[in-house]
Amino acid sequence: MIIMWIIKRDLLLAIRRQSDVLTTLFFFVIVVSLFPLSVGPEMNMLRAMAPGVVWVAALLASMLSLNRMFSNDYMDGTLEQMLLSPQSLSLLVLGKAFAHWLVTGIPLVIMAPILGIQYDLPAEALVVLTLTLLLGTPVLSLIGAIGAALTLGLRGGSVLISLLVLPLYIPVLIFGAGAVEANMAGIGFDAHLSLLGAFLLASLALAPWATASSLRVSLE
Amino acid sequence: MTINWFKYSSPASFYSLAGKMIPIFAFAAVISLVAGLYVGFFVAPTDFQQGEAYRIIFIHVPAAWMSMFLYVVMAFWAGIGLAFNTRLSSMFATAIAPTGAMFTFIALWTGSLWGKPMWGTWWVWDARLTSELILLFLYIGFMSLQAAIDDPRRADKAGAIIALVGVVNIPIIYFSVQWWNTLHQGASVSINQAPSMASTMLLGMLIMVFASWMYSIAIILKRVRVIIIERESHTAWVAELQKKDSIR
Repeated sequence: MIIMWIIKRDLLLAIRRQSDVLTTLFFFVIVVSLFPLSVGPEMNMLRAMAPGVVWVAALLASMLSLNRMFSNDYMDGTLEQMLLSPQSLSLLVLGKAFAHWLVTGIPLVIMAPILGIQYDLPAEALVVLTLTLLLGTPVLSLIGAIGAALTLGLRGGSVLISLLVLPLYIPVLIFGAGAVEANMAGIGFDAHLSLLGAFLLASLALAPWATASSLRVSLE
Repeated sequence: MTINWFKYSSPASFYSLAGKMIPIFAFAAVISLVAGLYVGFFVAPTDFQQGEAYRIIFIHVPAAWMSMFLYVVMAFWAGIGLAFNTRLSSMFATAIAPTGAMFTFIALWTGSLWGKPMWGTWWVWDARLTSELILLFLYIGFMSLQAAIDDPRRADKAGAIIALVGVVNIPIIYFSVQWWNTLHQGASVSINQAPSMASTMLLGMLIMVFASWMYSIAIILKRVRVIIIERESHTAWVAELQKKDSIR
């Protein structure tokens, strides 16, 4: 199966270059830790800010690693061979996005509750935060893949990618952070989770296809 | 009689057609702008609640409408260009983007000018303001992507993909922002309940909308002409055009 093959290959590459994974994770931790230093250690305020801060940091961290998704394969010519292969490019892209999520998204999901404790979030909110990140971060990888494919090989590509991708991340941010806030306010958060799930399904269906056509445009 | 619809999809023949159309639309824009501003500032009565400050709607509302509408038109032409590989459609998309971004900026700017006397603040995180701001980001993303790519064909196609992705996302973003805003009902500001408008106010606004349309068409055609000349500079017909111009 092509999709398994590409996931295995990308994971292997990530394991051989662990620094990439760790950089993203530490970036996430550092950004979250900067906020108390800039707004003060007042616990009530920090608790109110926590969902938003963690989510924005997750957004930035996952964006930071986006341009690595295709650029190495692009530089050594592997990507061109993938385009020439008779396999479905959309599936290949889906596999790459999934591998990107395993490498960058999962560490963020695991790390988030620990950072939440620093912000004194109640236990239930920590669970919700982890759940929303689990549902939301794959969407970030899938949408980000479009941006990564479009900016392939451009000068200033990494800055450009943020302009393209961040506005598209807004709905995920709203409902991801919103679910945690709703939980802390004592309102149900089911609707938020359902919507995040809907975003995930919609981006699973559409993003690989858009990414595949972007890759064809970029490598023409 | 059959009309050859595709004649003007060639940049060379569209170039001269656009040249003839620009003065018409520019003239209509100037006339309706003057008429609209006259109705707006001298005929329309003063609002009993908002005083004179409400008159900003004669600029604000048309700008906001155009900003949203032009994004859809831009994505439409970009999509046509991507699907049928027609050069002129993609050139149109590229030409529409700056005008759309300008109207978005005007809508935000006039909105905050109106907000200061009405709400006492330049900016509130209202659902409409926020989604208009995000629309500006989408325009900027489209333009900076196209600007970063040197090859015009790749720029067209890459821009088309991001514009189409944006169009799919706009309703999602809009409803997310709407929901986010109702969840955080902080400031007690409401612009949803529009008071009934005097008919001259409505008339002035509609004339200004028409003026914005005419202005947009004229300026976009002008920009398309420049893009055509720039991209087709290696062709024989542009060389001929240049020769004619230098003789004259």
